[in-house]
Amino acid sequence: MTITLVVNGTARTLDTPAHRTLLHVLRDDLNLTGTKECCAEGECGACTVLLNGRAVNACLVLGVECDGEDVRTIEGLGAGGRLDPLQNAFAESGAVQCGFCIPGMIVAARYLLSTNPNPSEEEVKEGLAGNLCRCAGYSRIISAVVRAAKA
Amino acid sequence: MIGTSIPRVGGFERVSGSQQYTADIRLDNALHVKLVSLSCARARIQAIHTADAAAAPGVRAVFTASECPHPMPRFGPVRADRPLLAIFETKFSGEPICVVAADTEDQAASAASLVRVEFEERAPVLDVKSALDPASALVQDPALRPNDPLAHTNILQEWQFGWGSVEQASADLIIEHDYSFPMVTHFAIEPHAFLAAPDANGVTVWSPTQHPYVLQRVVAATLGLPLSSVRIIAPDSGGGFGGKGWPKFEPLLAWLALALGRPVRLVLSLEEAFQAARRTSAHIHARTGFTRNGRIVFQDIRADFLLGAYADIGGRVVSKASYAACGPYRTPHARVLARALLSHTTPSTAFRGFGTPQASWAVESQLNEAAAALGIDPVEIRRRNVPAKGESFIPDDTPADGEWATALERASTAIGWDTKRPAHHGRGISIGLKSSSTASRSVAIVRLHFDGSATVLCGTSDMGQGARTVLTQIAAQELGLAAERIAIVMGDTAVVPYDSSTSASRSTVFMGNAVIRACESITTQLNTIAAAHSVREDAPRGDLLNVHFGPTRGEIIGIGEAGSAFEPSHPLGGRAAFWELMCAACEVRVDPETGAVSLLRLVLVSDVGKALNPRQVETQDEGAAVMGMGHTLMEQLILGADGRILNLGSLDYRIPSIKDIPASFESILIENGDGPGPYGSKGAGEGGTLAVAAAIGAAINEAAGVHLRELPLTPERIWRAMRETERNS
Repeated sequence: MTITLVVNGTARTLDTPAHRTLLHVLRDDLNLTGTKECCAEGECGACTVLLNGRAVNACLVLGVECDGEDVRTIEGLGAGGRLDPLQNAFAESGAVQCGFCIPGMIVAARYLLSTNPNPSEEEVKEGLAGNLCRCAGYSRIISAVVRAAKA
Repeated sequence: MIGTSIPRVGGFERVSGSQQYTADIRLDNALHVKLVSLSCARARIQAIHTADAAAAPGVRAVFTASECPHPMPRFGPVRADRPLLAIFETKFSGEPICVVAADTEDQAASAASLVRVEFEERAPVLDVKSALDPASALVQDPALRPNDPLAHTNILQEWQFGWGSVEQASADLIIEHDYSFPMVTHFAIEPHAFLAAPDANGVTVWSPTQHPYVLQRVVAATLGLPLSSVRIIAPDSGGGFGGKGWPKFEPLLAWLALALGRPVRLVLSLEEAFQAARRTSAHIHARTGFTRNGRIVFQDIRADFLLGAYADIGGRVVSKASYAACGPYRTPHARVLARALLSHTTPSTAFRGFGTPQASWAVESQLNEAAAALGIDPVEIRRRNVPAKGESFIPDDTPADGEWATALERASTAIGWDTKRPAHHGRGISIGLKSSSTASRSVAIVRLHFDGSATVLCGTSDMGQGARTVLTQIAAQELGLAAERIAIVMGDTAVVPYDSSTSASRSTVFMGNAVIRACESITTQLNTIAAAHSVREDAPRGDLLNVHFGPTRGEIIGIGEAGSAFEPSHPLGGRAAFWELMCAACEVRVDPETGAVSLLRLVLVSDVGKALNPRQVETQDEGAAVMGMGHTLMEQLILGADGRILNLGSLDYRIPSIKDIPASFESILIENGDGPGPYGSKGAGEGGTLAVAAAIGAAINEAAGVHLRELPLTPERIWRAMRETERNS
C-alpha cells in the first residue's frame, strides 16, 4: 500500500506491506533510528512516538494506520535547531545512562507534559509507567521531568 | 574537574536520538539472519528439512551443522565447548540449529518458519538435584573434557576454599539453613544485535560487547585466524550488566560472513535475548557458628551454582563468589565447598555482582537470624564482626581496604534505625562485599595534537556507567584541558590498544591509571622538548609544539599501562585489586492481608575512595539497587518440564518499573581517598546488587513475622508464609 504520513513536520510518501508496524516503517524505511525496538509487544515503551500528539507504542501501530496522520519522533522534538526542554533536563539531571530507553521515555514525558504541564511526582510515575529502564533508579528521570516542567 | 559531575559525554546523542546502537547501523549489501531453534530444551535431532526455506523469496543461504566446517568449531572464553550450531542434540531451549540468511528481515523470518525439524524430545536436566543425580543424562559430551575426573558428571568444576578448622571450632549458637537464588535475566532494554562483514584484512564484527578484546581472541580462535585479521567494533551498548560480556552468536556470524562473502546482520528479539543469557542460580547451604556475643566462630558453606548448557564464564562466577563467600567479616574458621553444575538451560554468564549477590543473600540472612536468636541488634552484630581497615579477613589476600564500619553507621543513621517502627513495618540492613579484578591489564594511548587538543584511545566499553565521561575528566585534569578539547575513542580493536575487559568495576581504576600514565608520558616529553628549545615549561603548549615541529607539524603520543600481575599460586590468579563495599538499609511495609510489599525507604552507602563524577556514581548505585530489588521481589525465570522458559518476554517477566521504586531513596558516598585508582578512587556500580536482597528480606521477615529464604520474595510466598505462621501460633 502507498501511504503518506507527516513525520516530524515533513510529508513522506512510501510503499509498505500492510503488516509492517509504524516502528519498522520509521526505522527501516525512513531511516529514523532514534525510536528503539525492544519487546515488540507494547510493554516496554522503548518505541514510544507521538501519533497526532498522543503517545503510542509504534510496535503496536501499523504503518498503514498512519496514512494521513501526524507522527513525531525523538528526532523531531526540538524546534529551530534547539533541544526540547525535556531533552536538556534529561541530559543535565543524570537521567541518562545507556540511553536506550531514553527516546521513548522523553516522548512519553512530552505527552505527559502536554496534558499535565505541572505534574506531581506521583503523576510523573503514572505517566511514565509504560516505559521500562534497566540502568537507572528512575528517580533522576522523575526529577528531570519535574525540572523540565518548570522550565 | 575531578569530583565534579560534568555532563555525560554522549548525553546529547542519547537525548536527541542520534546515538548509533548496533541495530541502528546499516551496511550496504547486508543479508538479514534469523536463527531457528526448538522450544524444548533437549532434543535429539533426526532431520532438518531446509529445501522449502531455501526456495523461499530472497533467501541466500540456509545452513545447519552439516554446512559448518568439520569438525564443528567450538568456542568459549575459557573452555571452547560451544558449537556454532547444535549438532546432534540441542542443549537448551533456544539453541540455534539452523541459520537463514535473506535479503530482508521479513524474508528471513518467513523462511525460518518453513524449516522443518524432525526431533525426539529427551528428558532435560533443569535443576541442581537433577544435575547431581547419577541417573540423569550428561549435559556435555565427556569427550570434550579429556583428563577431567569429573567428565562423567554434570559437575563442571568444584572448589574448596577455607582456613582454620571448622570441624574443631566450637560455637555457642549454630544457625543452619538452605537459601536459594533464582534464575534471572539481564533484560537490557537493547536486545543483542550483531553484524559481521568480510574485509581486506579478514573479518570485522560489530557487537555491543563489553570486552572487545575477549571477543577478538574468541572469534579468531574459533575460525583459526590470526588476531590481526579480526576487527571488533563495539558500539556503546544499550545496557550490558554482564549479558553482553562473553561471546554469544558473534563466532557464528563471523563464519557466515566469510562463508557467504557478504555482510550479515542479526538482531535478537527480546525473547531470544532471554534465551541467550542469564544469571547463575544457586542453592546455598550455610552453617554459621557464633559466640553468645554474636562473634562469628566459623562459616561452613556448601554452594551449588547451576550453570547452563555451556561453561561461558560460569566457572569464574562460582570460584570468585565462593572464595569470598564469608563476606566482610572476621571469620576464624571457614570452609566453602562450591560446585558449578551444568544443566540443559540457557548458558549462565556474568551478571552484575558476579555470584556475590547469591552468596550474600545466604550469609547476610544468617547474620540476621543469629542477631534475632541472640537478642543482638542486626547493626550491632555486624559492628562486632566487621574487620578494621588494614585488617586481614581472607588469609593471603588484600586486607580490608576501607572504613567499613563507617558505612554501617552512615546507613543505620540515615534510615533512622533506632526509631520506632509502625505496625506492619520492618527494617533491614545488609553489607555486600565483592572483589574487583584479580589479574588484568589496561593500555591507553593519548595523542596530543598540534593545537594542544587531545584524543584518548582506550578499550573500555561504555554501557551506560559513564566510562567515556570519567576517562575524559581524568585526561582533562592531567593535561590541564577543558573537556571540550578532548575527544575519546573507544570500541574498535583496530584503533584502541589492549584492554582485558570492562568488568569487576575495574575500569575507573585500571584504565584511569593507564590514562594518567599516558598523560604523564606526554608531560615528560613536553618538558624534554622545552629544555631542548630553551623554552619555559609553562609556556603555552601550542607555542611549544610549534617551535618543536615547525612547518611539518606533528603530534606527541603517550602510552600508559596499568594492571595487576597474574599470580599462578593464587586460587583466583591474583589478590583483589580492591574491595567494593556497599551497605544497604531499608524500611518496608507488608500488607497483612495480601503479602504485598511496599518498599518505603532505601538507603545505599558505598565506600568509593573518591567519586570522580559523583552523579554518575550515585546513579549507578541507584540502578544497581533497583536491579537488586528486581531479583529480591519479583524476578524469576520459570521453566516448563520440557525446559522452555514459560515467562519469556516482557509481559510475563517482571522487572521494576518507575512505580516500584521506594518513595525515599538516598545514595551516600564515603570518600576517604583510599583506593588504588586515580586520585584515590575505587570502582563502583555493582554494590546495589549485592546488599539489597538481604536488607529487604530482613525487613519483610520482621514486618510479616516470617523467615523466607527463597528469592524472589513474591507476595504469594509472603502471604503463604504469614498464613503458616498464624497456623503454627
